[in-house]
Amino acid sequence: MNHPSYIELKNGISPIMTTDVPVIEYDIFYEKVRELLIDKSNHCLSYYCYAFAGRLKFICCIADDNTGIIRLLSHEMRPDNTTLKALTPFCPSIHIFEREIHENHGVEFPGHPWLKPVRYPHDRADRMSVMDNYPFYEIESEELHEVGVGPIHAGVIEPGHFRFICNGEKVLHLEIQLGYQHRGIERLFVDKGDALQRCLLAENIAGDTAVGHGLAHAQLIESLAGIEVCEALQIERCIALEMERIAVHIGDTAALSGDVAYQLGQVTCEALRTMVINTTQFWCGNRFGKGLVRPGGSNYPLTEETAGEILKVLEEVERRYENVTGRIYTLPSVLGRFEDIGRVTRPQAESIGVVGMAARSCGIVRDIRRTHPFQYYRNFEINPVTLEAGDVLARGMLRALEVKASAGIIRALIDSWRKTEKSVGRPVYNYKLRPGSFAISLTEGWRGEICHTVVTDSEGNVLHYKVKDPSQHNWMALALAVRNQEISDFPVCNKSFNLSYCGHDL
Amino acid sequence: MAGFVLIVVAAFFVPGIILRTKSIASGRKGPGLFQPLKDIIVLLKKGSVFSTTTGLIFQIAPAVTLATIICAMLLLPFAEQKAMLPFEGDFVLFAYLLALGKFFTIIAALDTGSSFEGMGASREALFSMLVEPAFFILLATFAMFTGYTSFSVIFNQFFVTGNDYVMIYSIIGVYLFIQIAMVENSRIPVDDPKTHLELTMIHEVMILDYSGFDKALIHIGTYLKFALYGSLIYNLIVPAGWNIFLQAGLFFTVQAFFAIVIGLTESFRARNKMNKNPKFILTLSAIAWIAFTVILILTDKLA
Repeated sequence: MNHPSYIELKNGISPIMTTDVPVIEYDIFYEKVRELLIDKSNHCLSYYCYAFAGRLKFICCIADDNTGIIRLLSHEMRPDNTTLKALTPFCPSIHIFEREIHENHGVEFPGHPWLKPVRYPHDRADRMSVMDNYPFYEIESEELHEVGVGPIHAGVIEPGHFRFICNGEKVLHLEIQLGYQHRGIERLFVDKGDALQRCLLAENIAGDTAVGHGLAHAQLIESLAGIEVCEALQIERCIALEMERIAVHIGDTAALSGDVAYQLGQVTCEALRTMVINTTQFWCGNRFGKGLVRPGGSNYPLTEETAGEILKVLEEVERRYENVTGRIYTLPSVLGRFEDIGRVTRPQAESIGVVGMAARSCGIVRDIRRTHPFQYYRNFEINPVTLEAGDVLARGMLRALEVKASAGIIRALIDSWRKTEKSVGRPVYNYKLRPGSFAISLTEGWRGEICHTVVTDSEGNVLHYKVKDPSQHNWMALALAVRNQEISDFPVCNKSFNLSYCGHDL
Repeated sequence: MAGFVLIVVAAFFVPGIILRTKSIASGRKGPGLFQPLKDIIVLLKKGSVFSTTTGLIFQIAPAVTLATIICAMLLLPFAEQKAMLPFEGDFVLFAYLLALGKFFTIIAALDTGSSFEGMGASREALFSMLVEPAFFILLATFAMFTGYTSFSVIFNQFFVTGNDYVMIYSIIGVYLFIQIAMVENSRIPVDDPKTHLELTMIHEVMILDYSGFDKALIHIGTYLKFALYGSLIYNLIVPAGWNIFLQAGLFFTVQAFFAIVIGLTESFRARNKMNKNPKFILTLSAIAWIAFTVILILTDKLA
């Protein structure tokens, strides 16, 4: 299994010792990453570094979508060295990770075209770099004008600053400045020794992906603590994840209709979303599924009553949602607003490493449930829905199709669940993590792939915890999508991606 | 005088009916019919806050805009009664009074120095400019049809010319006035009064900086303008010679119908893409132009 330059592992399977990860010279690392990322079926899950024994240890995880293998590459840097040749010019999808490393540890990346602050963490390398002196891309033109939106917006949404460079109504360039929501999540995972606190942290990384992030964390802990969970619990978790997907997709359909002032679509979908999240509340007491996923067991094991309720609600929601989306996506006035708006081409998406439903809407089959299956998806084949167009309409239609697919998945899962032996225990909070190890956990949240990785020290304490929300990759897709579009179409483009500010800011 | 009073009364409930129609169409109970009015009373009691970058123009603009709309109301007749200030060619003054109000709103928006409001002002100026030909061609058609150039006489003579095609002109006129009213009052499909998205707004973004009393003046102006267009539509439907009490009843029916049409339109369609708006508005001018040409032929003036 060992290879001279990298080590291979699989999603959610037992962790590896950090000492088993081959440390290679940066030049070899550079060539190897470049070589791997040229292959379109590979993409970078996470690339970060942490200080250990006076050195910076770099870890790069590259996922292979064909084989389900995750390749782990590592290199080290002595404190006297602060520059590394940038990978971004050849692998644009790395850009955000190199920016992050630069911001956190002051590593210089000569050749990086966009080495700007990401989220202003408290312990950043350059304390002089603050919100107010963000180096915006500037223009010196008499004809063009700049429009700044945010960080405080008119709707009830999260803070983030968007700066447009426009020629009249046409957007030439959009720069997105985030970081207003930074809470130090990754650091808190290290500082908080309490298992329950960590679960709550994970669930609150992004409020709309409580189950996705919660599951990624629980899975990670289970793999490091060597906890096996029974099949019934695995199925329950998958059901929760699909419920979350359905609820958010329907909510987004409502928001998309609202943005183009199509009231009928908006109010109908809002009502349907409420039905779905109320069912989640019926199950676990929280509409967003907070508290549902815990390592080792569950406080709210699925009961026959809950399963029956889910099936009943699902049937009605599916029927009514199909009915309303049928109207929305055939209404000429709506199509005029969605079709050919905010197009992201497949080559663009591949180069910037777009993940999740944004990737699937431009023809890329990228779905962790299929390529790196986890939980019960290992025994359950998922056929991801893909569309080719990559515009707002495709992202809207994809939601409609995924809701239908997810409803089918839940039905099949409940069938399997009924056949399994149910021995779901209470959550395990007094676990002991394996010392000196590295573990990775991937899940497919509704937005896309969620990646949690952890490194433990020789005592079994968390040394470094890294979270990657799908938004981190996909914000760049939004910036590309609005190029040469009308500025008045920015809101629908934005809503069609519905990216997370706090998921990015951590 | 009666026309003036009726427009004011209609302005009390027209916005409420639009809101209520939209609520019912979306399956909600919705606010009461007079909620917009209550909101105005609340706003009137409040003081205004002005941005330090704004000047005198910004402060006088709401009052000027409201004044122009009230003046325009003086030019509209009702039943056989003449308007309060009728004269030959008064419809030109009518159009440009409303344009003057809009002009002040636009320069006040520019006065704030905000990039959003600048965009909104530019859009509003463009769309107002494009809708102007539709209004004038339509009025010219009626002037040609009746042979007069004052609202009071045009509407008085509209149904008594004995022309067999009067119903067709009535229908075309109603359709065009409804569409023009939607554009002028910043409703769907051209604009969306409900949106919170600054980048897609047209009229709403221009009044973002107003608060309290001034905002109330702007809202009063908007509601009066609705009733104003409703009154134009009414005059094209009901012959001036009918019983005046029956007419008063019909007047409110037409206003309510107008409000319901707006409410239903806004419930069951999406708004236009911004760059489709000019085409949409120019189509109105085109329809008016066809009506005008046909009337030229019918009245044998195309010599």
